[in-house]
Amino acid sequence: MTPVSETVTSAPPQAAPKPTPAPKRSKRKQWIKRNLPPILLISPSLILVGVFVYWLIFSSVGTSLTNNHTMPQVMGAEEVEFVGLENYANLLRDPDFLHSLRNLGLYTLVFLVGTMFFGFLWAWILEKRARFEGFFRSVLLFPMAVSSVAAGVVWRWLLSPTEGKNSSGLNRIFESLGLTGLENSWAQDSKWGILAVTIPAVWQLSGYVMALFLAGFRGIPNELREAARVDGANEWQLYRHVLFPQLSPVALSAVIIIGHMSLKVFDLIMAIAGKDAYQTMVPAIDVYNFISGRQDYANAAAVGVIMLLAVLVLIVPYLVHTAREDKR
Amino acid sequence: MAGLDSQLDLPKGVSTKVVGKGFDWGRLVRYALLIMFAALVLMPVYVLIVTSFKGVGDADPSRAWAFPKIWTLEPWKTAFVGIGGIPPVGPALGRTLIMVIPAAVISSILGSMNGFVLSRWRFPFANVVFAFILFGMFIPYQAVMVPLYSLVNDLSGIVPRGIPVLIMLHVIYGIPITTLIFRNYYQSVPQELIEASRVDGGGMLRTYFSVVLPISMPSFVVVLIWQFTSAWNDFLFARFFGGNMQTQAPVTVVLQNMATGGTTGSVWGATMAATLLSCLPTLLVYILLGKYFVGGLMSGSVKG
Amino acid sequence: MRRTRYVAAVGAAALLLAATAACGAKDDGNKAEVFTWWTTGSEALGLEALQGVLKDKHPDIAFINGGTAGGGGSAKDVLASRLAANDPPDSFQAHAGAEMLDYINSGKVQDLSNLYEEFGLTTAFPADLLDLVTKDGKKYSIPSNVHRANVMWASIPVLTEVGIDFNQITYATISDFIADLEKIKAANPDITPLTVAGTWTQVHLLETVLIAELGPEMYNGIWDGSTDPAGPEVGAALGVFETLMSYTNTDSEGEEWDFATQKLIDGKGAFNIMGDWVPAQFVEQNQIMGTDWTWAPAPGTAGVFDFLADSFTLPVDAPHPDGAKAWLDVIASVEGQAAFNKVKGSIPARTDVNLSDFSEYQQQAAAAYAQDTIVGSLQHGAAASIAQGDAINKAVAKFRSGNSNLSEFHAEFAKAVTG
Repeated sequence: MTPVSETVTSAPPQAAPKPTPAPKRSKRKQWIKRNLPPILLISPSLILVGVFVYWLIFSSVGTSLTNNHTMPQVMGAEEVEFVGLENYANLLRDPDFLHSLRNLGLYTLVFLVGTMFFGFLWAWILEKRARFEGFFRSVLLFPMAVSSVAAGVVWRWLLSPTEGKNSSGLNRIFESLGLTGLENSWAQDSKWGILAVTIPAVWQLSGYVMALFLAGFRGIPNELREAARVDGANEWQLYRHVLFPQLSPVALSAVIIIGHMSLKVFDLIMAIAGKDAYQTMVPAIDVYNFISGRQDYANAAAVGVIMLLAVLVLIVPYLVHTAREDKR
Repeated sequence: MAGLDSQLDLPKGVSTKVVGKGFDWGRLVRYALLIMFAALVLMPVYVLIVTSFKGVGDADPSRAWAFPKIWTLEPWKTAFVGIGGIPPVGPALGRTLIMVIPAAVISSILGSMNGFVLSRWRFPFANVVFAFILFGMFIPYQAVMVPLYSLVNDLSGIVPRGIPVLIMLHVIYGIPITTLIFRNYYQSVPQELIEASRVDGGGMLRTYFSVVLPISMPSFVVVLIWQFTSAWNDFLFARFFGGNMQTQAPVTVVLQNMATGGTTGSVWGATMAATLLSCLPTLLVYILLGKYFVGGLMSGSVKG
Repeated sequence: MRRTRYVAAVGAAALLLAATAACGAKDDGNKAEVFTWWTTGSEALGLEALQGVLKDKHPDIAFINGGTAGGGGSAKDVLASRLAANDPPDSFQAHAGAEMLDYINSGKVQDLSNLYEEFGLTTAFPADLLDLVTKDGKKYSIPSNVHRANVMWASIPVLTEVGIDFNQITYATISDFIADLEKIKAANPDITPLTVAGTWTQVHLLETVLIAELGPEMYNGIWDGSTDPAGPEVGAALGVFETLMSYTNTDSEGEEWDFATQKLIDGKGAFNIMGDWVPAQFVEQNQIMGTDWTWAPAPGTAGVFDFLADSFTLPVDAPHPDGAKAWLDVIASVEGQAAFNKVKGSIPARTDVNLSDFSEYQQQAAAAYAQDTIVGSLQHGAAASIAQGDAINKAVAKFRSGNSNLSEFHAEFAKAVTG
């Protein structure tokens, strides 16, 4: 490396002639010289992102406005026609798709509340240096390193719907503790099955929220604590009036991150309940089912676009907010 | 992003002493809670481990919580080499590794270059370009799945199905996050260093290689770990583009198939062992490089 | 100098990407890339047997397995995407029947009528089977094997335990069957009287119930439009299905079919209704017919053969047409059908194969195929199109989850059929 760069520097720079007779032309030359390399360096990424994100979204929107619902159309053997917003209108009138959206809403709500609750509680407990803190931190955080599919394998077992003498998993524990009233069919419950899937989801990501909050706690300047103590605040008042308010940006980040993960939920439900289960159906699995088997590309694209809109509603205000904060 | 490893540690000099009044009940309660929560979080792991040492028959859902009647390594062997209708996870693990390493390395290099030119060797509209790239991080991939499906098909002559396609997708869709992490990190590098190099007549690449790259190691570790784990754990792309389960697909697809079949259902021990095997690489990374792992999580929070 | 290094850097990035994409080049030669979803167990063994025959008959053709696992579902997706990208294999597996229509209408498979002439096949297959691969007088695929869908499997030890004579399980009606299910439930509540797995296996059960309750003629009428799917007869049949489902296990979500058979082997279930790919699983686990397990036609369907058939096609633009032709020759031949079906457990689609060294079950099934009334399977693409089957699966999943009642289920079923 070094010899090469030596030769580069020892060679007289090309832009050496300083007093330029044609300043305009040289300015442009300099601009190019200054900006071309970084633009070249970033352009492969820009092209890839441009094609694989923007162009594909554009193309998805296009497909979602057509009647491309069958294999012969996908194969180009039959006409594909522009139908405007018809697919969206039909989806939003379809009780089954509305049910998927309802499931997604419920899941997101409980997943958010659960991870925020446990994440915050754990961070609070660990906030003051405790013995074995590193150990507890690691234990509480590790499920994040496990794939949803792997988590699904074991949680599928724990959430086994069989009850009574043949029960297994969590129901087994309730059975042996005599708490038979707590036994239930978990992810197969016809109304609330989707909520059972939030249990492993909360298990996986509470540690992450904990880490966020812990970093938040630790980022609070020490002077604030000292000042509050000097003012005679007790522990609770210190937290309530001084420390907690400092955490609201962290809480906002956490809500955004967990929220947008939640809107994309796919792996966990596929692993625990499978692609067909109605009570745990969410839009991401609808997309899979539309593509898979029946080749209904138009509806698959439309559901995908609806998911994108849901994420945008969550993300855009946050990004705008962050950008404003940065400027200040 | 500076000093990722210290983000979770207490700032120096913080007094952690609670003003003591006799026995510290608060501390007792805290430890009791910690132990309880740790036990709850580890509960599924207990079931996984215990079941993976149970023979056929013994590994039954109704005996999920019991110790094995006889401890046996048989399920681990079965999981690794496969038997009857059970696909072996051994080759799948190998394939996944082959997928994950280039995916992580290439997207880290791209992210580092992008991060550098976006933060320290700026050009007009660098901020707009950054936002343009960053957006890719948030999209639900379902929103591009239909045309992506066709695009991958059109490319199938150049990029074969299975691992090569997945490497490509993980690299491309990894660009936003890796760019973000590097950009935030490089912003903590004093601009004077770069200017000094520029005054010396150093071009962009020279500045990058001689000034920026040598101090980039911490974020390289963070980004590599992040990309490694997310590509390893991916199921969505794997399911859509993984191809033949036995000869092409990564381990998550094989695992999901194992978990939902009767023949495999009767050998739950092997399924649980396969699950543990599939988690091993990410868990190892997590245990050995945990602090950097946390660093990756932190940078996922957008704010640098 | 400097510029070359920029170029080199950018080029390197591009190269790295391209490197991941390496080894995609294709070469030609005498090959046959065959796409099937036979990748495990007896199916994979059957495919191997076919390769053996290919080697004997056409030693110059190299076999390439384009197989994709994950059941019919995702294999068909991969296939569809390859066809859409004009990257077809040389031959692919397709269920004979309505499912073939999608490929034919998509213009992706070639008319094989002249191959039928060339191979002398015009009389080798039963006419009603050929109808399912024929459109507008053109034959588009060559059937390889036939499976029976309306079979009930039973665990002899379990039946003995609850006091049911395993020789008396050919039920004339489903209500007779339900009486015995009730008996099992009363004798031992820990035993699942009728085992099921994931949604598609429940649709499979539903199709046998429809055949039993409506009779073969009305069942066929659902698909050709002469039976009103919204009518009271279909509604009553769905009611019977509801009753049957109350005797099934609840832990079926997302499981594959073998999950349900395994319950019989493990002594946790008494009956299971599934196609005749089941015996392979019994055999694999050393279960003996007559002592460990037995079979009967699905209740109320004796004398009916609810069938599905696999067949092989010649895609438009197949890269190695000679290889494809050699493969189809193997599929169509007596040797190929014998070698393949013997291992796979199905019966040959050709009627002139010597079955003397086939298993006892296969011989019985072949006899039934020769004399029974033939109907096409709903779930397995013989009678229902992919779209119909998909919508029916959705309706059954919803019904099973408790989110639709019988009349809503009936309405959704009717809508699924009429589209």
